This record gives sequence, structure tokens and C-alpha cells, in this order.
Amino acid sequence: MPLQSRHLLGLEGVSAEEITLILETAASFKEILRRPIPKVPTLRHQTIVNLFFEPSTRTRISFELAEKRLSADSISFATATSSVTKGETLKDTVRNIEAMKIDMVVVRHQASGVPVFLTQCIDAAIINAGDGMHEHPTQGLLDMMTMREKFGRLKGLKVAIVGDIAHSRVAGSNMHGLKTMGAEVMVCGPKTLIPRNIQELGVEVSCSVDDAIAWADVLNVLRIQLERQQAGLFPSVREYHAEFGINKARLQRAKKEITIMHPGPINRGIELESDLADADCSLILEQVTNGVAVRMAVLYLLSGNEEGMAEG
Amino acid sequence: MNTIKANKVLFKNGETINIRNGERLQVDVVVLDGKIDRVGHIEEKNFAGKVLDVKDHLIVPGLMDMHVHFREPGREDEETIETGCAAAMAGGITAVCTMPNTDPPCDTQEIVRFIKKRAEAELVDVFPIACITKKREGKEISEIADLVRAGAVALSDDGNTVIDNAVMRRALEYASMYEVPVIDHCEDPALSAGGQINEGIMSTRLGLLGNPDISEAIIIARDLALAEFTGGHIHIAHLSTAKGVELVRRGKEMGIKVTCEVTPHHLALTETALSSFDTNLKMAPPLRTAMDVEALLIGLRDGTVDAIASDHAPHAIEEKDVEFDAAPFGILGLETMLGIILTRVVRTEALRLHEALYKMTMAPREVLRMPLPQIKKGEPANLTIFNPESQWKVDKKMLKSRSRNMPYDGWKLHGRVFAVCNKGLIHHVD
Repeated sequence: MPLQSRHLLGLEGVSAEEITLILETAASFKEILRRPIPKVPTLRHQTIVNLFFEPSTRTRISFELAEKRLSADSISFATATSSVTKGETLKDTVRNIEAMKIDMVVVRHQASGVPVFLTQCIDAAIINAGDGMHEHPTQGLLDMMTMREKFGRLKGLKVAIVGDIAHSRVAGSNMHGLKTMGAEVMVCGPKTLIPRNIQELGVEVSCSVDDAIAWADVLNVLRIQLERQQAGLFPSVREYHAEFGINKARLQRAKKEITIMHPGPINRGIELESDLADADCSLILEQVTNGVAVRMAVLYLLSGNEEGMAEG
Repeated sequence: MNTIKANKVLFKNGETINIRNGERLQVDVVVLDGKIDRVGHIEEKNFAGKVLDVKDHLIVPGLMDMHVHFREPGREDEETIETGCAAAMAGGITAVCTMPNTDPPCDTQEIVRFIKKRAEAELVDVFPIACITKKREGKEISEIADLVRAGAVALSDDGNTVIDNAVMRRALEYASMYEVPVIDHCEDPALSAGGQINEGIMSTRLGLLGNPDISEAIIIARDLALAEFTGGHIHIAHLSTAKGVELVRRGKEMGIKVTCEVTPHHLALTETALSSFDTNLKMAPPLRTAMDVEALLIGLRDGTVDAIASDHAPHAIEEKDVEFDAAPFGILGLETMLGIILTRVVRTEALRLHEALYKMTMAPREVLRMPLPQIKKGEPANLTIFNPESQWKVDKKMLKSRSRNMPYDGWKLHGRVFAVCNKGLIHHVD
């Protein structure tokens, strides 16, 4: 097995060697995606189920595409129910699906820890496609792939994650992955959206977007959930935009080149000015492209397929 | 295990321990018709009853657990009074106080009497705790006089903090007329809203909403102010934070009528155990940090923390076998309390053996103004007999409780219980 675990539950605890292997494998798959027929028979005998208990467009399509490019048999199951709202428990749901003989499960769920829980319920390999506020490892990987392509390295790179750090699984996976790869990480946002003890993860903390811009090579801007305002964590969207929104004026004041990333979907005009999202310094669409390659790499490496990447 | 009438039984070769100074004494004890008939050296051949050899065992006053949840009435699938008592006996406990969050809640004489009736034939004394407020809603105080006269030994809305300060004030004033403590589950519902585990590095790493230690501390501070103002007796349930220990310590120094308890799990485990999202480690208050554990142990040593109580909280397997957010709070504790304390508190030298036993025998009875069972001639035989050295392995499948939600499966604990004796009955290992 090329990776230590047969699951991808998060980036916490995944070694630099493993991350490098995934990123390099993803780079090779990205080549394949540029071919006239962007498809390989690598996972021809694998059956994959995408279990999305929370609405998702981008991540689900990205996984589905990755599976199709690898010739896996895959089906997707989307529902907004959980053990609380539905008569059937989550455990029964997945055990029933597994009884139909599947090899891998890609799961997204609103509750943190569900992928870990599933490893205790079923034998299939589990890939976390985002669990609650915990981790979103393939997003972390595709973010690192995108940064690595642009800068040629991750070590020493200064990455500021801006926004709702406390409730973001993207922040979680970015912090763990980037720290492991030797990057420097700063988290930036209103104090109410930053965990009090986050320094213990070895990251810098700032409540000034201007300071973050002055410091960083890359800004990874997070989506602000409107429900956080309703929960009283910041006073208004207007004030959030004024204090923490990333815009051209701020970047110009900093007089430096900076790279903008965003996991999507963007609230244009709230956390990120619309023009900036489409500017040359934005790698947002590159992130999406890399997402498919990274997910192909993860699926391939976890499949236990000993043959080459392009083999059957 | 086997239950027999305590008609004529000789416990041979045992040892008593003075829970105030640790003094040990080799003794034989004869129990006759439920009473202690003789204590001293008794020749087996001159004895005409059943002889049980208890060499290497301690004979101590029956242990009391002042915080348990038996789910009867309402959730008999999780625990009944009968299965709860069986779990207590297995854990060496002869008296329990049941929390009132049953369905219906214990807020009327009828429920208090029902619980006592159901426990009548049990070896274990079951002392109901009744609700502070009607339906545990925190709005109107319950008929406290009635409840006490029916047999309630304390009042609590356990699980629900009484948030309205005026209601809590009235409850403390009113309860003080009947000399029963008001037991508070200290958690500010706004600060703890959605909280799954302690707010700290683990809640950040696991992406679970945190429940901050100040949520407990703020309510304790409020309760102390109200107890001082009213002269009522406040008992803090399952104290879990260093901040809380410090507040109670200061309250006691000020002469406020405050007592408190700590659970074995808050002494034996910290939040770091949660990395696998095990719902059997989900309880309220949550597991805290090593610093909090240290403060609780110091509190136990210096007398700030009065009693050890299990907060035995049975939950159905299917309710715990779900995603972490959806699982209910609480774990079993009756069958492992003595073992956890002996293994994780006494053997680590945080407390001496007799001090730990004090916290599980005398202390809860002091909180509730009950006499301590005495091991001397003519007294009712209320005894726990266990071997403090012998090890046993916790096996989930062997639990007497009807539920299985406990994190100690496979743990090796010291202090195998040999027998309990109470109400004219002896329950012992064959």
C-alpha cells in the first residue's frame, strides 16, 4: 500500500512523503486529463459510491468525474437527512449500501467525524469529502497542488487563510497539510470566528486583513456562511465586507503581488470583490481543475491497484 | 453472583479500614438477621451458619453513589430500577440517589413513591432526587414539602440548569426549610449551545462545537452568590473544571453552604481521548484537560470536592451508535466507579485508600445528612466487601446494566467486589 492508511479521513497525521506522493500522482493524472481521450482503465474493477448527505455541486461533480476518468463504476446518492431526521440510522444506511458490494465510499456529511465513524461500520475504503467543521482533505490537497504549481514549492510559502476559521473544514485541512509540508500559515478573521487556542496548531493569528496581505504570498479566502451572522458571530454582512472583505484597494495599498484562492462557492462582493475573483492573480478555476486530478490520485492510491496508473 | 438472606453469615478473615485515619484491623464479621452480630475473632468451628472466606478483602460501610440515572419510569429499555440496582451491587454500591429526569419527571409525590416502591425489595437503597421545578422547566418550583415528605432526599433539575435567578433563589430558600440540598447541573445554556466536547484544542482539531469551561464556572459563581444570600445548601453536580474547583474552594472559605461531587470519568480521562469520535466519551459536562483533572484531584485532597459520584447515564445502543453530533450525552459508571477510583486515583497516589473510600461512603451521606453505616454490633449490616489488590478486566458484555455505553471496555481495574450486604440481604460472588 503506497499510503499508510487505507482511508483518507483528514490531512492531520498524513506525512509529508504521503502528501508529496499524492500531489505528484495528481500531476501525472493532470497530464492524462489533457489528452484527447482523458480516460484510463485504472479502476475498471472498482465500485465507488458517493454518499452526499449535504448539498454539494462542485465536490460531488469533481469526484464523479475523477471516478469516470478512472473507469470506475460509480453511483451517487444525495440526501439531506441524517440519523436524527430519518428513521434509518446512518450505520444501517451505509451497511445496506455496502452489502451491494462496493469498494470505496466517498462521503460528505454535516456532522464532524462521520468518515471516522463509517470506518467502524463498514469495510470499504472511506474518503472524506468534507465532514462538518472537521476536515476536507481533498480540498486541502488540491489547494496545495495549486500553490505548488504556481510557486514550485510549499516549504516556506506564506499562506493566510482568511474568514470563518472556526467553522471551516477547509481551514482545518489547509492548516494541517500546509504545516506538514513546511509552509507558514496565518489565520485571519474576526475574533469570534477564530478558535481561542488555534496557535497550538502552530499557526499565526491576525485580526487584520491588511496585516495578512502584507505578510502573505497566498490568500486562501473562505466562504462566509450567512448563518454565522444570524448566530450573532459578526454584526452584519456589510461590516464583514468592510473589515474582512478582500478587494483591489487593499491589495494595491500593499503594493505587492499576491495570489488569491477560494474553495468556492464565492459570495461575490462579501468575502471577495467580484473583479478580484476573475483577476489574473486568482487561481480559483485552476483549483477546480486540479480538484479532479487530486481526487483521481487519491482514488487510485487508495484502491490498492498495484498496476501502473494507466493500466487496467 | 448470588443473593441470599443475611440470616446467619460469617465473613471470615476480612479487614476493616477506618475511613478517617486509614487504620486497618483484621476481623471476622457475623451478620445475623440483617444486623451485625459480632465483630472480632470468631472460630469457624463454633459457628453454625454460612461461612464466606474474605481473606485479603476489605469490609467497609456500603458505598453510596449520589448521582445516577435509572430510566424508570419512561425508558425502561435503557435501565430499570431493578437492572440499575443490579449494576450498583456489581459495583459494590449499596445506596444510590436517582436523578429526576425520567419520563414523566420526578416532580410529584406519586413518582417519588413509585420509585421507592419499585426499589423496596432490592438490596440497594434507592433515594429519589426530585425536581427543583415542575417538569424541570425552570419556571415554577415544585411542591418541595410534599416531595420531601414522600421521600425525596434532594432536589435537582439535572441536565437542565435553573437559569432564572429568581426561581433558583426561591428554590434555595424554600428547600432550606426542609433541609434538603439543591443540586445544580451547572451549565449556561447559551455559552454551551451546541457544544459537543470541551472547547479547546480538541474541539478545534475535531471540528466539534466546544463547550467552554466558563459555562460551568459562571453558573457555579451564580449559585454561590444565591446560596450565600439565601443561606440555602447548594450542591454542585459533576464538577469538571479547574475554575469550578477554585470557586467552590473560595465559597467554602467564605462559609457558604456549598458541597460538590466529581465523577470517576472526569478524573480518569481527558479530552485527548476523543480523537476517534467515540460517542462513549460524550457526556455533559464534557471531558476536560489534564490541568482540570489535576485541579479536581487537588480539590479532592484538600476537601474542596466532597464526594465521588458516577453520573451513571444509560443510553440505548442505537442512540449512541450514530454520528457524534447526534449521540446523547452520558456514560455508564456504577459498575466501574470503585475500580476506576482505586486504579486511577488511589494507585497513582493522588488519594490514599481511606480518603477515596471516605468520598464514596461518608461524604455523600454527609451532603445528604444521612448517618454512615457502622460496622459494629447491633447495627444494620450495610457493607461492601472487596479485594483492593485483585485485578479484573472490564467486559462490556458482562455488565449488569441494561445499557452498554461505556468507554472502559477491556480496561484492567483493581478492586474486585466480592459482596454487598444491606436490607437483610447479601449479594456475593459464588
